[in-house]
Amino acid sequence: MGLLRELWEAFRGAMVTIGDVVLFLGRLLAYTPASFRRFGLIVHQIYNAGALSLVIIMLCGLFVGMVLGLQGFDLLQRFGSEQSLGTAAALGLLKELGPVVTALLFSGRAGTALASEIGLMRATDQLSAIQMMAVDPVRRVCVPRFVGGIIAMPLLAVIFSAIGIYGAQLVGVQMMGVDSGQFWSQMRASVEVRDVMEGVIKSCVFGVACSLIAVYEGFNAIPTAEGVGRATTRTVVISAVVTLLLDYMLTAALL
Amino acid sequence: MRQTRAIELSTGLFALLGFAALFFLLTQITNREIRFGDSSYQLLAKFENIGSLKVGAPVSMSGVTIGRVEKIEFDSTEYKAAATLRIESRYNRIPDDSDASIFTAGLLGGQYIGIGPGGSETYFKDKDQIHFTQSAIVLEDLISKFLFSMAGKDMKQESQGAEAKTE
Amino acid sequence: MAEDPQAATPAAAVDGENIVEIRNLQYGVAQREIFRDLNISIRRGRVTAIMGPSGTGKTTLLRLITGQIFPDRGSVIVDGAEPKRLNRAELYALRQRMGMLFQNGALLTDLNVFENVAFPVREHTDLPERLIRHLVLTKLHAVGLRGAAEMIPAELSGGMGRRVALARAMVMDPKMLIYDEPFAGLDPISLGVVLRLIRHMNDALGITSIVVSHDVKEISSVADESYLLSGGQVVASGTPKELQRSQSEVVRQFMEGLADGPVPFHYPAPDYATQLLAREEP
Repeated sequence: MGLLRELWEAFRGAMVTIGDVVLFLGRLLAYTPASFRRFGLIVHQIYNAGALSLVIIMLCGLFVGMVLGLQGFDLLQRFGSEQSLGTAAALGLLKELGPVVTALLFSGRAGTALASEIGLMRATDQLSAIQMMAVDPVRRVCVPRFVGGIIAMPLLAVIFSAIGIYGAQLVGVQMMGVDSGQFWSQMRASVEVRDVMEGVIKSCVFGVACSLIAVYEGFNAIPTAEGVGRATTRTVVISAVVTLLLDYMLTAALL
Repeated sequence: MRQTRAIELSTGLFALLGFAALFFLLTQITNREIRFGDSSYQLLAKFENIGSLKVGAPVSMSGVTIGRVEKIEFDSTEYKAAATLRIESRYNRIPDDSDASIFTAGLLGGQYIGIGPGGSETYFKDKDQIHFTQSAIVLEDLISKFLFSMAGKDMKQESQGAEAKTE
Repeated sequence: MAEDPQAATPAAAVDGENIVEIRNLQYGVAQREIFRDLNISIRRGRVTAIMGPSGTGKTTLLRLITGQIFPDRGSVIVDGAEPKRLNRAELYALRQRMGMLFQNGALLTDLNVFENVAFPVREHTDLPERLIRHLVLTKLHAVGLRGAAEMIPAELSGGMGRRVALARAMVMDPKMLIYDEPFAGLDPISLGVVLRLIRHMNDALGITSIVVSHDVKEISSVADESYLLSGGQVVASGTPKELQRSQSEVVRQFMEGLADGPVPFHYPAPDYATQLLAREEP
């Protein structure tokens, strides 16, 4: 009986949180159009979320592409289809690995930075001070970061995919001896604009989700050092789960 | 808020890099989209059976894609399927007695239209109709034809056998 | 000159004379009652100190005044308006007439000193850059930090940060300045600076200052009027001199910093001898 009550409480708590998040998202979206008037703030946040994440995205993109090239070659070789490596790598990256891995890396680097930054502002009374100065902290602090994350994410994802394909080419053509002409022509023949756009749509959706989670956790962090740390951890964990869930849903919807 | 130059510059470069990557992906990786618009013309072809031909399927000659299927409609006067083909303008020397057939790519692949050249010295113009068409091969017809011919062979053998017997 | 608990405040004759009126305030958080039937009047143009032992809810009182939280019962009237009844726009308008100095300065860490002070101006006005620059530099000069305009909060010492926060609180020329523990953790020199600024600003700008502090000696040197809070109520009020002469035990303990008295030294615990000699763990 006690277990049932606990489950009910947990469920109720989750519902309240989800409701809170949805309302928060509503507020963010409502303020978004107006926020473009202070474009400088948004540019600053795109820098924080995007430009500063470039190194990790490019490095990981390269490595993931190289692994894809290696694994793909090994796999396709068993069926005598090594020539299709270009297609396999491109489709794998564009449709899945690009958006998903970028989202996970984004939440790890930019998401945690966002959450801890906002959480720290709450812990040091900066948010209260802003409120006291008759400025809405959501509008001034949260929205630019939210919008910046949404803009940065798809850009990061396409950079990841592009570099990944180069990495696959590096391994497949340069190292494993797949014919360069075949690699690119097969890819060109089989990959359509639709595939690229699928990846872009996915990364946009992931961008909204990860930015929302990071900003929400930071804003609602308990104002202690421990609280901020917990908010940061939760950001990564929840972002990962939600990203993968959305990935399945989007894949099913777009297929 | 005073924006430091460095941040603006970096963000701009980042955005540029992102768009460059997108551009790269869209142009280098995907099918070279045939640029339609005013550099193409239309041809009409009617088929008894359109099979599983889809809008957007390629139209090719000698294996080279020269156009796409733009529209597929049902002609209720002739009771045939009418396909509108959009051909690239540079392929404007197709003899007007050429034929259009529906082929299947590979064993079980998608269907496409192949145009076989005729011998006429006049060429197709915009909105012309291809008169010689070959419908899609429907698997069921093929099977029934096969069975029929098998049955026919049996009957012939039987009657031959019977004749032999009667002789 | 009230010395007993539940003292009524010097009954303000005219309402307009008091910029803040708190009547019969009752407020609690999660079963714990913080204020019980609190009455405070803060007169315009004066420096009023609110003192009390740790945990009496001094910061909570400030938040009630600024409308960040609302009373359970009773009323809080600020500059003629009740924060509880205002909509968001009106509440923001009210807050623009107040300036608040937070305990740790609460400067925005991603902006430099100049931008921090300019923040309210940029958010609420459309003044041209030239004018903003004049305004900000003037306020920074008033607190003695015009030369630190390019520094970032991380580079400032505690005292300097406090002063920048003061400049920021003043930049929109508020009617009222609220200081939350402005002396906490400052060295004697910085302390002296802040004290001087509090008094000076109040008189020069003709505003009202409310200082929440428990640095008795310091605040008593600049306050016109003091309130001593304990146990959720006002236990004493009057000028600092009057409080010094008070005979009440509660007031005496606080003003003189006695270790034991109405606020006991020992946190409630079972009998000492019994606990020491007991065989089991407590």
